[in-house]
Amino acid sequence: MKLLFKLTGAFIALLSSKSVLAEYTFNMTKGVTDISNDIWGLHMMVFWVCVGIGVVVFGAMFYSIIAHRKSKGAKASNFHESTTVEFLWTGIPVLILIAMAIPASKTLIDIEVLDKADMTIKVTGVRWKWQYDYPEEGISFASNLAQSSMDVIKGTPEEREAVHKEGGYLREVDKRLVVPVDTTIRFLITSNDVIHNWWVPAFGLKQDANPGFINDAWAKPNIIGTYRGQCAELCGKGHGFMPIVVDVVSKADYAEWVESMQAEKVAELASATQVWTEADLVAKGETVYNANCSGCHQKDGTGIPGVFPAMIGSEVANGPAAYQLNLVINGMGGMPSFKALSDSDIAAVITYERRSFGNNGSVVQPSDVTSAR
Amino acid sequence: MSSTTTAAYDDHGHGPEKGLLRWVKTTNHKDIGTLYMWFAFAMLLIGGSLAMGIRAELLQPGLQLFEPQFYNQLTTMHGLIMVFGAIMPAFVGLANWLIPLMVGAPDMALPRMNNWSFWILPFAGAILLSTFFMEGGAPAFGWTFYAPLSTTFAPDSTDFFIFAIHLLGFSSIMGAINIIATVLNMKAPEMRLMDMPLFVWTWLITSFLLIGAMPVLAGAVTMMLTDRNFGTAFFDAAGGGDPVMFQHIFWFFGHPEVYIMILPAFGIISHIIPTFARKPLFGYSSMVYATASIAFLSYIVWAHHMFLTGMPVAGELYFMYATMLIAVPTGVKVFNWVATMWKGSLSFETPMLWALAFVFLFTIGGFSGLMLGIAPADIQYHDTYFVVAHFHYVLVTGALWGIIAAVFYWLPKWTGKMYNEPLAKFHFWWALISVNVTFFPQHFLGLAGMPRRIPDYSLQFADFNFISSIGAFSFGLSFLLLTYIVVNCIRNGKPADARPWESAKGLEWTLASPIAYHTFDVPPTRAEILAESQSN
Repeated sequence: MKLLFKLTGAFIALLSSKSVLAEYTFNMTKGVTDISNDIWGLHMMVFWVCVGIGVVVFGAMFYSIIAHRKSKGAKASNFHESTTVEFLWTGIPVLILIAMAIPASKTLIDIEVLDKADMTIKVTGVRWKWQYDYPEEGISFASNLAQSSMDVIKGTPEEREAVHKEGGYLREVDKRLVVPVDTTIRFLITSNDVIHNWWVPAFGLKQDANPGFINDAWAKPNIIGTYRGQCAELCGKGHGFMPIVVDVVSKADYAEWVESMQAEKVAELASATQVWTEADLVAKGETVYNANCSGCHQKDGTGIPGVFPAMIGSEVANGPAAYQLNLVINGMGGMPSFKALSDSDIAAVITYERRSFGNNGSVVQPSDVTSAR
Repeated sequence: MSSTTTAAYDDHGHGPEKGLLRWVKTTNHKDIGTLYMWFAFAMLLIGGSLAMGIRAELLQPGLQLFEPQFYNQLTTMHGLIMVFGAIMPAFVGLANWLIPLMVGAPDMALPRMNNWSFWILPFAGAILLSTFFMEGGAPAFGWTFYAPLSTTFAPDSTDFFIFAIHLLGFSSIMGAINIIATVLNMKAPEMRLMDMPLFVWTWLITSFLLIGAMPVLAGAVTMMLTDRNFGTAFFDAAGGGDPVMFQHIFWFFGHPEVYIMILPAFGIISHIIPTFARKPLFGYSSMVYATASIAFLSYIVWAHHMFLTGMPVAGELYFMYATMLIAVPTGVKVFNWVATMWKGSLSFETPMLWALAFVFLFTIGGFSGLMLGIAPADIQYHDTYFVVAHFHYVLVTGALWGIIAAVFYWLPKWTGKMYNEPLAKFHFWWALISVNVTFFPQHFLGLAGMPRRIPDYSLQFADFNFISSIGAFSFGLSFLLLTYIVVNCIRNGKPADARPWESAKGLEWTLASPIAYHTFDVPPTRAEILAESQSN
């Protein structure tokens, strides 16, 4: 027993030296949608019901442990049956469960039934990033783990803390989802490869992204702010590195954002018709590669033997360009389709793969991608 | 057959064969029970080492030890080995040792099949473990192996995993058939069903769960096999299949599986608490009915694991109600145990400590289970560490606690020797504290939003992960002491009485210690059965 106290003491000392972060919470936090607050209310209700039952059951158990000990001279009774008691402790729990099921059913129906949405966003899980499409606004972009987090995964604790202060280690992306406040948004959620799960805790929204099927879910955020979540279904080695960041902005800011995104798209389309120099393509391609391809094929192009092919000495990257174009645009087997990328991005990344890693394939222009689609 | 050959036949084989071949060729239920227990214990240590790897990587944020792909292999293999290698074989081992003794039978009904169902296991386990050394690594898709991560996107070793699962399934099904045949055909002629001890009852019901559930798992992995190798598309939407169908099939196996891993533990606890409360089990028949109700309900609640797959709202409501209903018979069992203790004369030998901790901690796991069953709240809990905490409370401090309680309770009968009581008590408190330090903070992590199965996490999760890892290392270390206690008991333990616990009931305690190689050549009489029955 003495040893036990010593161990506990050492353990507490260890803890107090660690608690510099002190960011932890014990409980679920309230969200910014009515649904998420209903869920929070249900969670607390069931929790307190469990505490109540626990007090009664464990109370009886510990009273018995303390009062009915042999060492205190307790003599054992011999009762071992009572239909009345069995009836009571079957019936009372049933009533408690019914009382819990009523509000739970109400919330569930609220979550699942949506008459009319103000706008729609399509969310596609792709190993290992999120693709967002605003079909009505004609906006689409991919959202990757921010480079700042990626750089310090194997860094020092101090580096991670510095990154964490500027948004959140592993909880920051390169391009955030932007939505207007007080608007009912319908999310159409699907996947390009394996099952992912799109989870924003503050919205009380978590929905599987199934390949080949579209699930819908909705949220109406009430408060302007930035809300973070991440993929919640094991999807392979990048599962822990698929954050979700949503900026809920005022309706005016949202309109401005839509305009700027549309202008960006026009410029992008214009660039795709030009002929690029090899150096420009390779430079742009490296960025695209690191964001989209390095997760599997690795930053240095070595791949993972038996799972993901290497870029170095690749038959595809050194062979005919048409085959590689088809592979990148349409995907094959475990390789997802990248047709959501722009023509110039695809041209750049293919050129980068064909002209780097010691490879000697031909240069691919955006116009080649346009005709290959 | 002449009478002389019969006599010669009867005359041989009163003791075990000499040498190692005894263990290969044995058809003796005690030998096979021992083999099962040691195999399960070896797997527990291997699966536990993988868990130490997981917790070491999660000790601090950032990636320190493993690449994410290997981390996923660790979590997958940890789950598979613990479920199929440790918990299930340990219960089958207990069944082998105890059921013939408890029903007054000379051996299991199908002794050669018994030998086979054990000897499949080391090969299946070796195949599963060998995947770590294959190109592309071991399976890395979680113990639930959801398609298409486990089909189109899985490493080559997946086919070996499928083969291992098939073998483990054969073994389990044969074990279950053997138990049903033994209980129904080999029990003493004078023993009625409602005289049977609860461990026998819970295992009989569990066997029916195994026979119902394991073929479904075999079907799931066979469909995976053909999807991977023979061009079918059961789970591939591009070919007209559906990845969500995989989850329905998996959980139609998986939910009964959860009860396969806990019902025998309920039986064990129902033996230990009356013994150390010196009072008959409260509500014997309601215990039997509650077990049967749980088993029935376990087949009709599977999709509560799938609330987020996009099920229609009517489906979600049905599965929520059915799931909540399980709380009723489970609650009845807990209330019966507490009522058994009430006004008893309690003492706290090691098996009782484990049993009481089981009741307390399993109930905590039950509470989090009730919370998870509330479909809207499950949106926030699903696939977070809250779930990890929940199923470790029911499987570690539930199933495993039951097994350890059983080992301490029946070890004197198996070995004829007594373990070191003060050391065993010290080990209990060590394990009890460290297991809670490991798993309780995981509730907080899940509620704060940490998903499960991630190798690295955001910094707001750092503190509780640190605590959890320290607890896990300590908990892992406690198993070395457990090994010492058991080995020390076998080698140096003081001789134990035939009935080492004064008020223990059961036919097994009527046998002399150390126990003979063959027992109950003559079945017990009605009077003996009634004197040792739990039901009066």
